Amino acid sequence: MFYRTHVLVEMTSSSVAFGAAQVKEALEREIERVGLKNEVKVLETGSFGASLPSPFVVIYPDNVIYAPLRVQDVRRVVEEHLLKGRVVRELMLAGGLEWKTSEFAFPFPLAKETRVVLRNSGFIDPLNIEDYIARDGYMALAKVLTEMTPQEVIEVIKRSNLLGRGGAGFPTGLKWEFTYKAEGQEKYVVCNADEGEPGTFKDRLILEGDPHSILEAMAIAGYAVGAREGYIYVRAEYPQSIRHLEEAIRQAGEYGFLGENILGSQFSFWVKIRKGAGAYVCGEETALLESIEGKRGEPRVKPPYPPQKGLWGKPTVINNVETLANIPPIILRGPEWFKSIGTPTCPGTKVFTLTGNVNNLGLIEVPMGITLRELIFEIGGGVRGGHGLKLVQTGGPSGGTMTPDLLDVPMTFDTLPKYNSALGSGALTVVDDTHCIVDVVKSFGEFFLHESCGKCTPCRIGNKRIVEILEKISEGKGTLDHLEELLHLGRNMKMTAFCGLGQAAPNPLLRCLEFFREEFETHVKEKVCPAGTCQLKSLQRTVR
Amino acid sequence: MEESLYREIEEIIEKYREEETPLLCVLQEVQEKFHYLPRNVLGYIAKKMNVPSSTVYGVATFYSFFETNPVGEYVIRVCKSTPCHVQGAFNVLQALKRELGLKEGETSKDGKFTLEVTSCLGVCGVAPAMMINDVTYGNLNDERVREILALYRR
Repeated sequence: MFYRTHVLVEMTSSSVAFGAAQVKEALEREIERVGLKNEVKVLETGSFGASLPSPFVVIYPDNVIYAPLRVQDVRRVVEEHLLKGRVVRELMLAGGLEWKTSEFAFPFPLAKETRVVLRNSGFIDPLNIEDYIARDGYMALAKVLTEMTPQEVIEVIKRSNLLGRGGAGFPTGLKWEFTYKAEGQEKYVVCNADEGEPGTFKDRLILEGDPHSILEAMAIAGYAVGAREGYIYVRAEYPQSIRHLEEAIRQAGEYGFLGENILGSQFSFWVKIRKGAGAYVCGEETALLESIEGKRGEPRVKPPYPPQKGLWGKPTVINNVETLANIPPIILRGPEWFKSIGTPTCPGTKVFTLTGNVNNLGLIEVPMGITLRELIFEIGGGVRGGHGLKLVQTGGPSGGTMTPDLLDVPMTFDTLPKYNSALGSGALTVVDDTHCIVDVVKSFGEFFLHESCGKCTPCRIGNKRIVEILEKISEGKGTLDHLEELLHLGRNMKMTAFCGLGQAAPNPLLRCLEFFREEFETHVKEKVCPAGTCQLKSLQRTVR
Repeated sequence: MEESLYREIEEIIEKYREEETPLLCVLQEVQEKFHYLPRNVLGYIAKKMNVPSSTVYGVATFYSFFETNPVGEYVIRVCKSTPCHVQGAFNVLQALKRELGLKEGETSKDGKFTLEVTSCLGVCGVAPAMMINDVTYGNLNDERVREILALYRR
């Protein structure tokens, strides 16, 4: 059926929290009431981008944005705009932005935004495979199956220098090559969608907004490494991602992009979803494999690495959602195109999620190498309430702590470690100067205490002791010895913890102890909290 | 436990017979049915799947979404990770405690609500946030908490 107008409603977990589902329902009800049901179609789409008001509705092809559109205003939009063709100016997005589509670029005021990973998010109905196909969906898979050998595919990915976007930044092409070369008939592709790093929600928006891009990339990976089966491990906290994936897998099967003899080739590939059950540690690749195998999600000894011995002991390639979303465009447009974005040693884009005390919360995809200053002050609109910037936690608690002196460092996988920081998952948690450093570090500590799997002692006991000491400090019972003990604990955990998570757990603590030494000392020497947000605040008042 | 419940568990196990290592899937589906995983149910699953009961119990107690004690009809999970923390998650938790008369980990006497704290829910763009069963709520404050609870109290 042909529709003259499409109404696109952004439907992500965040917009649903703002009532997008009710707005969509109201739109459908009103459209039916005025008799436009056969002319106007309401579609759900993924995220339109950072810091946009919600619920966000686009009338297409008119290119008019109504945002935030409230349920009580839906009737007016339907009667005026859709029925009578008169734009309701006062309900339009402030600033009257024009919505244009052009390939891989999104000309919002966010001039720096470059969309590769989020190329379809917000433009297509994720529940309709034809929308994906219309935007070159499954073309890369077709190209790979008809024109390329597995070695050629691996060569292209290697030449693109795509680095794993889950946080570690390991070259994806090498992972594929190791898995390809590993001995064994049965091999697996696993998509790590256990996005648990606090402050990160990029994978959720990709899965909700463009699930087919992940299925296509997994099939390409399967062809390259010689696997017939793929698993997507999605965290339990993402029910909508799971629903969209289930539907996408069903449709891809129906259209012959998954299953037996894909596109008439000799290649067959199936994808299954495994749902997590609320364990942060399962984002660690070997813990994730244990979890798929129905066990407690405790990390394995490495080596052997998953490309040698992965799922059920078979060679396995594990890629993050964002990494996979880069694969189809690289295949279609070539490694040189990919390398023209970002920096020479760290090409491509990165999706950053802006969270915490920043004016514009949300996600943004920008070329690698952007600085924190641009991200927070230009795109993020600065620190909320005009406060000063205290710190930015990059890549979640296990990433790095960036202090205001590091605002101009280019954000890439290779530069940040030089500053004892890490790009990690791309989460940016902005903390303003009204917050007490002890309280902030304690919040990181409590996270690791809660999420430690308990397998090794440094992590299990170390995090417990860190939180206990920080509690003492914020109760006014801290001493200078406590600060030394924290340093000692942190350094030991870094050296002796079993997996990457335990080793990363003390990072924020160590960095903050160094940079905010004075504030810690004020807490233990003078029993006063300069910021006044930890429990010492009340103590401070009674003393005075 | 009633005979019919055992049959339902068997059906779930049967459904995943073709899958390799389906223990997690089975536990998830059984919990969906019974809201929690009582010890005798875990034992029964172990026997039927031919897995040591220590393994089944170990898995059920490892993951935070599995409940081995009875929980309320609505499980409220409040995020207290740093992005929510610096946006006032503490006040949201206080408001929930006050409104529900519950502490963390407790279930109301009428069996309606269980209050839990959790790590990041991945909706930091609308922090502070919480989940009630599988619905996410964001931009919380005292007033929103009261409004949302009213929806579930009806």
